[in-house]
Order: sequence, then C-alpha cells, then structure tokens
Amino acid sequence: MSTVSPQPETRELAEATAATSPVRLLTARLPWLGNLLRQQGALIALIVVVTFSFIRYDNFNTVTIYSVLNFNAQFGLIALGMTFVIMTGGIDLSVGGIAALSSVVVALNSPHGFFYSLVIAVVVGTLVGMVNGFIVAWMRVPPFIATLATLYIVRGIALRLINDAASINLDQKSDFITVAGTTVGDGVLNPPLPFTIPLLLIAFLIGILVLRYTRFGRYVLAIGGNAEAARLMGLPVRRTTFLVYMFSGMLAGLVGVLLAINLNGGSATEGNGWELIAIASVVVGGTLLSGGVGSVFGTLVGSLLLGLIVEILQLENNYMLDQGWQFSFSSFWQDVIRGVFLLVVVLLQSYLQQRKRIKGRT
Amino acid sequence: MMRLEQRWTALKVRGVLPQKLFTIGQDYGALIALVVLILFNLAFTRQLNSVIAITNLLVHVTPALILGVGMTLVIATGGIDISVGSIMGLTGILTYLIFSGKWFGIQNIVVGTIVAMPVALVVATLIGAFNGLLITRFKVQPIVATLIALITVRGLAEVTVNGFQFAFLSAPIVSWLSGNVLGFLPRQIILMAIIVAVFTWLMRATSFSRYLLSIGGNQAAARLAGVPVNRILIIVYALSGLLAGVAGLAFIAFDSAANPVTLGVGKELDAIAAVAVGGTPLTGGRATILGTAVGAIFIQLLRQTVVALNVPDDIASVIIGFLIVLAVFLQHQRKAS
Repeated sequence: MSTVSPQPETRELAEATAATSPVRLLTARLPWLGNLLRQQGALIALIVVVTFSFIRYDNFNTVTIYSVLNFNAQFGLIALGMTFVIMTGGIDLSVGGIAALSSVVVALNSPHGFFYSLVIAVVVGTLVGMVNGFIVAWMRVPPFIATLATLYIVRGIALRLINDAASINLDQKSDFITVAGTTVGDGVLNPPLPFTIPLLLIAFLIGILVLRYTRFGRYVLAIGGNAEAARLMGLPVRRTTFLVYMFSGMLAGLVGVLLAINLNGGSATEGNGWELIAIASVVVGGTLLSGGVGSVFGTLVGSLLLGLIVEILQLENNYMLDQGWQFSFSSFWQDVIRGVFLLVVVLLQSYLQQRKRIKGRT
Repeated sequence: MMRLEQRWTALKVRGVLPQKLFTIGQDYGALIALVVLILFNLAFTRQLNSVIAITNLLVHVTPALILGVGMTLVIATGGIDISVGSIMGLTGILTYLIFSGKWFGIQNIVVGTIVAMPVALVVATLIGAFNGLLITRFKVQPIVATLIALITVRGLAEVTVNGFQFAFLSAPIVSWLSGNVLGFLPRQIILMAIIVAVFTWLMRATSFSRYLLSIGGNQAAARLAGVPVNRILIIVYALSGLLAGVAGLAFIAFDSAANPVTLGVGKELDAIAAVAVGGTPLTGGRATILGTAVGAIFIQLLRQTVVALNVPDDIASVIIGFLIVLAVFLQHQRKAS
C-alpha cells in the first residue's frame, strides 16, 4: 500500500473547515490517523473487540482465546493460501473440497501412523493445487472456473474413496489421539498452547516473510497489479501463478489433517463454504480481490476477527441469560451477523478508499 | 482449382461458411457437444426415448437455466453474482411463510399464494438492487458485494424459520406450476422458455443490451461515452435477483419442499458453469443467452447420461468437472489466436 504524501498545512486546514462529518474533521487534522485506520483497520477492530469482551464477559479469558484460535486455525491456514492466490488476481474455490479429500486420505492411511498420513495428505493437497495451477497458468482457463471444476472433481474422488459413505473413522489404535492432545510450552505457559496455535502463527510468519523479503513475493504482487506488464518485464508469470495455487492446495491438504483430528475421522462432505469464509477473511484483512495489493498479517487478523464475532454471539447469549433477559440469538443468527459485519467492514474500506482518491485528486 | 478456392473464400467473407474450420468448434462448441450427447443418448440409453423423459430433463434443468440467464447478463458486464443461490432459498421460505398464513395471517391458501409470489419476487429484486448499489455507489467488487448477500441472505432465511424444513405439497403454486399444458408440457418449462425468449430478444434488439455489453467491454470508456453505467448495473443485478426469485419458485414447484439450510446452496456455481460452457467469456463484453441455455441443458443431460450408464454419482461429478475445464479451455483458444 502506498502512503499518502503529507499535504501542505493550509490545504489541511481548508479541508478541515470544509469537512462536515466528525470523522472527516478528525482525519483531516490528524492525517496519520486516517492512514492508520486505512492500513490497520482490521487490527484496531480486533483490539477493540477483544478489550470489549474482556470487560463485558466474566468467562472471557485466555482459554476462550485459545479455543477461538484453535478452532479458527483451519480457516486461517486456508485463508493464508487464499491471500497469495487473490494477490495474483485469482481465486481458489477448491480449498474446502481439498481439505475434505485430505481428511479422507488421512483417515484411510491412519493405520500407518500419524506422520505417514500427514505426508500423504499434504502431498495429495499439493497435487490438486498443482492441477489448479496448471489449468490456470498454462491452459489459461479463468481461475473461477478452473477451481470450481476441481472442486467438483475432488469432492467426487473423496466420496469414491470411501464408497459414498459420508465419513470414515480414524483407526483407533493409531497414534492420532496423542497427536491431538499435543500442547506446546508445558510448564512455561499456563494453560499450555494447543499445537495448532504455534502452527498457525509460524505459517503466517513464513507467509509475511515470503511476501515481504523474497523475489517470489514481489512477483506475486507484480502479477496481481498487471499480469501483462509483469510478463513483458520478463517475470516468470506462469511459474509464479502455478506455485501460488500449489501452495494453496498444500495448505488445504494440511488443514485436512487438522480436520481429521477434530472430527476423529475423514469426511467427504465437510468443508462446504470454507472458501467463502477464507475469502471473507482476506477481504476483512484489507486485501483487494482485484489483486496487486495485500497484507498477509491482515488476513490473520481478519480470520480471527470473523471467528471471534461468532464466539461473541455465544458469550452474549450467556451474558443475557445471566442478566435475566428473555431474548437470545439462536445459532442461525451466525450467518446474519457474519454477513452484516462483513458489510460494515467493506463499507468502511470503501469510504476510506474514496476519501483517499478524492484527497489524491485535489 | 484456383476458382474453387476463391469462391470458397468469398463464401467465408460473406459469413455463409465459417472463417476457419476450427472456429466451428469455438462458436458452436456447446451446441455441437449437446447434439453429440443427444445422439449418443438416442443410440445407447433410454434417457430421451419418451416425451416424459425429455420434459423431465427440462424440468430438472429449469432452476439452473433461469439463474444462468441472469448470470449471463451479470457476467457480460464483467461482474459476477454468487448470491443467487441464497436468494432462491429466501424466496422459497418467504413464499411458504406467507401462503401458509404464518405471516400477514392470510387464511385462504389461494389468496395467500397470490400475495406470496409478488412479495417474494419483490424482495428478491430488492436484494439484487442492493447488490448493484453496493457495486456502483460504494465501489465494492462484485464478488465481495454478492458474497455479503450470499452469507446474510442465507442467514436471514434460516433465522425466519429457525432452520426448520417445510413441505409445500398443499400449495396451489406447486400444483399449478408443475401441472401440465396439453397433457404433457409442465408450466415450468413454458416459464423457462418465455424467460429465455424475452432475454434473447432483450440482448438482440434493445439499446439496454448495447449499454450492458459496452460496460463489460470497458467500463471507463462506456462512462465517458455517456452510458448511464450505474443505472444499468443496478438494473442488471436487480434482474439477476428477480430471476433468482423466479428460479426459487420453479425449484419449490419441482422439489415441493423448502429447506432454508439447503435450498439453492451451490446453485450459483451450477449457473456460472452453464454460462461458461455456453460460451460467454467471464471477462465480460459478450453474452449469449441461447448459449447459456445450451450449456445448462448439456451439463444436466451429461449428469443424467453418466448416471444412466451405471457410473456412480461421484465419478459423474469428476467427469463433469473435467468437461467444464475442457469446454472453457477450447473456447478461450479464440481469444489467444
């Protein structure tokens, strides 16, 4: 994201007096505030929501935060892959299907032990990602159609593998139970972290470093900005596009392993609509779907924010019951609240973007 | 020999013969594929050997095809509308709530149905118009704007009935819409044919379609040329919402149940696949309503054929996935050349 160059003092004042809304007044006087809102809006919202929850709910503590992080690790990892895909200007609709296929593969291979099935599942996810990448980069089929087709294909394969049963259990004698209970930082942290949280954080750290400090990261943004220009500059457009879909598939394969651990089995029908949750996380994080601009850290924040909103619905219900209210939100409100929240975020982004554009013109 | 070639070229220039033999596949690829599939079915399966089998196929394809018509317009403007499946769901639920007297307290089921249908369609149109407003006024990308609608509208459908499923068997609209004309032709098919005819005419003969295609070709240029871009876009998304509502009614007429959690889920993807297979490029600027109709029928017939050949349903979806990629791949060769 480019920063807005500081405006002359007089123009700031003139704009401030001309402005009517209090927000506009404030951001005109304090230009850094506008920039901060624009670039780290999701992070600020996350901090506000967490602080609010700490004050309002008695049972909002580190355990709650851990459980939100633990549950959203699977969406977060998928959103990480999706961020890179979207930054190239593409989209990957097949991630939920890949995760389901991978969970089935894990369950089928579970008698051979955890690490064997982990490797096989990630390899399967990577292969599907490579197919996506090949279809998009070399066959030049639009990403929306290409990944939609692989979504049909992987769901079909997943169902075929378990003979049209909806799900299949893990082998109970395997070492999955011990893996599922693995925690990190015993003795140092109280309570210790479930292993998914460091996994999520490390994956995002790698993602941030790759985007910021590697040639590959620069290529991704350049292709998303203008694929034709990137090609003319001699950047390896096809290879980069291919790799982006491959990584997305790889992460979805990894998520399938987490899914298998959570479900204690494989499910060919799970993961419906996960691609939409991932896209929503990416959007809330401030990455544009047109490509070329994006923030990996923003996606992490966006993913946690969306997860937290749903968690707060539960907490608010309990709170209102404690206070003696008769009304409560059924779990069906989840989607409405998620959607309205997404709407608010998008409108805010649109407002700040348009303001920036107007400012740039004057 | 020389003169033969000249005549050949003259015919090509006049558009009597296609420019290259290869382009036949590009322009009429979906149609040729459909014809091949029909011939195959006539020869080897019992899919198409009776009137009932044919009308059955068309009834099954109706919702996806009606959605596909709206989606063709949206995609021709360079946008996309992934909220149509959810709008279908909400339409079904609203219709039920009103004609069963749960809302508005109308006890007479016929009066209830007469009130329910317009109300549901108006709501569907308004949701579409809201999508258009987000996209034009607030400059939200189409996929994000309609994603918001997809999530929220599905949630609203679930909230209004707390997630319960309802049977529609007693509704007059169901028996009327799925009833036959002349003894063999279900009214849904007539409805579908009318919609396809109206929109084909709309895209051939009106300035609206010129505006719409120019927006898809180059939005900035269209704006500078004086095309009322915002108004056209809002109308297009509103039409897509309206058609999603009609598709919702057609769907409950054939399924005779409305489940807020599952009604219309994933139908947007079927519609987009039909548009893509039918030959409308996803980048906008061109549209073929008849192509979309052919694409939708092709996909449905393919699914039925594969199942009729005793291939398991899951393998059928694998084959369909491959064929969608293949179809779009072949059509996109044209732009490369």
